[in-house]
Amino acid sequence: MKKTAIILFILIPILLNAQYPNGKDILDKIDQNMSAKSTIYTSKMIIHGNRGDRTVESKSWIIGDKKAYTEYLNPARERGTKMLKLEDQLWLYSPSTDRTIQIAGHMLRQSVMGSDLSYEDMMDDSKLSDHYSADVIREETIVDRKCWVIEMNATDNTVSYPKRIVWVDIERNVPLKEELYAKGGKLLKKTELYDVKKVSGRWYPMRIVFKDMLKEGEGTEFIVDEIEFNKDIPEAIFSKGSLKK
Amino acid sequence: MLAFKLAFRNLMGAGLRTWLNVIILSLAFVMIIWFKGMLDGWDREAKMDSIAWEYGGGEYWQKDYDPLDAFTLTESHSKLNRDQLNEIDKGNLIPVLISQGTIYPDGRMQTILIKGIDKNQSFLKLPTARLDTMINEIPAIIGANMAKTNRLEVGDIMTLRWRDVNGTFDANEIQITDIFQTNVPSVDGGQIWIDIDRHREMMLMPDEATILVCNSDFRQDIIYEGWDFKDLDFLLKEIDEIIKTKSIGGSTFYFILLMLAWLAIFDTQVLSIFRRQKEIGTYIAMGMTKRQVVGIFTVEGAMHSILAVFVGSLYGIPLFWQQASKGINFGMDGSEFGITMAETLYPYYTLGLVVTTIIIVVLTTTLVSYLPAKKISKMNPTEALKGKTT
Repeated sequence: MKKTAIILFILIPILLNAQYPNGKDILDKIDQNMSAKSTIYTSKMIIHGNRGDRTVESKSWIIGDKKAYTEYLNPARERGTKMLKLEDQLWLYSPSTDRTIQIAGHMLRQSVMGSDLSYEDMMDDSKLSDHYSADVIREETIVDRKCWVIEMNATDNTVSYPKRIVWVDIERNVPLKEELYAKGGKLLKKTELYDVKKVSGRWYPMRIVFKDMLKEGEGTEFIVDEIEFNKDIPEAIFSKGSLKK
Repeated sequence: MLAFKLAFRNLMGAGLRTWLNVIILSLAFVMIIWFKGMLDGWDREAKMDSIAWEYGGGEYWQKDYDPLDAFTLTESHSKLNRDQLNEIDKGNLIPVLISQGTIYPDGRMQTILIKGIDKNQSFLKLPTARLDTMINEIPAIIGANMAKTNRLEVGDIMTLRWRDVNGTFDANEIQITDIFQTNVPSVDGGQIWIDIDRHREMMLMPDEATILVCNSDFRQDIIYEGWDFKDLDFLLKEIDEIIKTKSIGGSTFYFILLMLAWLAIFDTQVLSIFRRQKEIGTYIAMGMTKRQVVGIFTVEGAMHSILAVFVGSLYGIPLFWQQASKGINFGMDGSEFGITMAETLYPYYTLGLVVTTIIIVVLTTTLVSYLPAKKISKMNPTEALKGKTT
């Protein structure tokens, strides 16, 4: 009797886990759904601050996950500011000074235009499966959508967040929520994704809310106005020379 | 001696005109000593406070550390060698580890420096013994300005977020265990002090430090590889430069005051020579050389400054004495503006300062008196006796 109890004690968690799919497989499915050869979108970033809201509009051209070019369109103060990301390097062009500066070192940790996002958050393009183990820990329903809850733990000590928990829509393979944790277990940042729509055969969230959980406020909203996938983008756009044009 | 007697009689005879000149000159004289004394007092206090709160007898900086460049902070830390650890045990060096972090008082976000210091240190005035507290949170001490800016009080708990040596985020609660009042802004604004052992654990930097503060008795000729020694001349240079700038600004003010006095004396001299031509002619007729007459008039002018010294002493000495003992309260200390300056400044008057000021004022007044008197040497004695201008 005692022996059976021990066997059951060991087997039950294994059997319970066995009903969940492999976490890494789900991450791969997310990549398949959301990654494209190229993406062009116009968006609004609404920064909710203590002194009111601020909206920054921009247009971005992206190839894969290594090349990105963004031009800020509004407000007037930011108009003409351009950002270029090539692999792990980032440049910022400011029309008021007519200068291009490379954002590096500690500057990467600074907020992008006062939002809850840092340049480093924007630069983070490494594949999660390269740095994290992924395990589905439960099933949960968010806004009427059934989700797998995946816990990711860092497999090396070079990542900013040692633990992430992501809620993935079971049917659409789109993340609907993500929580980023500090080494000590404190929740640092939360991302919620809404208005999932089918665009060119793939499900895509059109509104994302980023929130620094240690800070008061409503966080930063990122709204995609228009998005196109797999369009041809001239290679010349991804050069430092194009920033001043 | 005759020249002095004559000069004194003439000055007394001139009555109000003399006293007006003397009062203006004495004001300039007192102002110079007061202002210089205040700057010297500020300089002395600022340096003493900086040494007592921050610099000790000098500092060793890790070779990459540059306090003016926050980007160097990620690299500016090194493991301490056996010799350095021995000196720390003997109480000759205090290790300080500096890193960047973010605090969230009442949900507001504030980037700060986290400074880890030995809680048992004894030669800096920082109340580090207050870090030796058994609480669930990380005990932290902050300066009064930091507390005021972030509306913090003793006992307040808030989240501190930092990145360890690998760049991984971590966060924990800190509790303010003490708020210290200091005139040294570089140990106060935008920073929290915690125990260095805790800081090293948080950063995954065992036995590492960014700076080593020396005890004043510590030999300063010891060279540690990878560390640069910064002596007090270097560390206090900023205070010297502030004082120098203020001194130049102040000099303009009292130079204007002195110019007014010199102008008054110059005019008085010109008028005297014009009005007293018969007197000049009589002196020469009585056998005085022109040089002696020029001397009488120069002494007469210069004597304004001697009288100014006496008049200035009458109200200056009580004023200086009162301010040197009670101090001058400005209602706020300079650390709010990022400069090392106490709320109450105690002017520091030295004999050297008083004597130098007297010599400068007397010499310049003598020169100003001589310039118009020089004209006498060109006078025709006969014409002068008749009272005619040449």
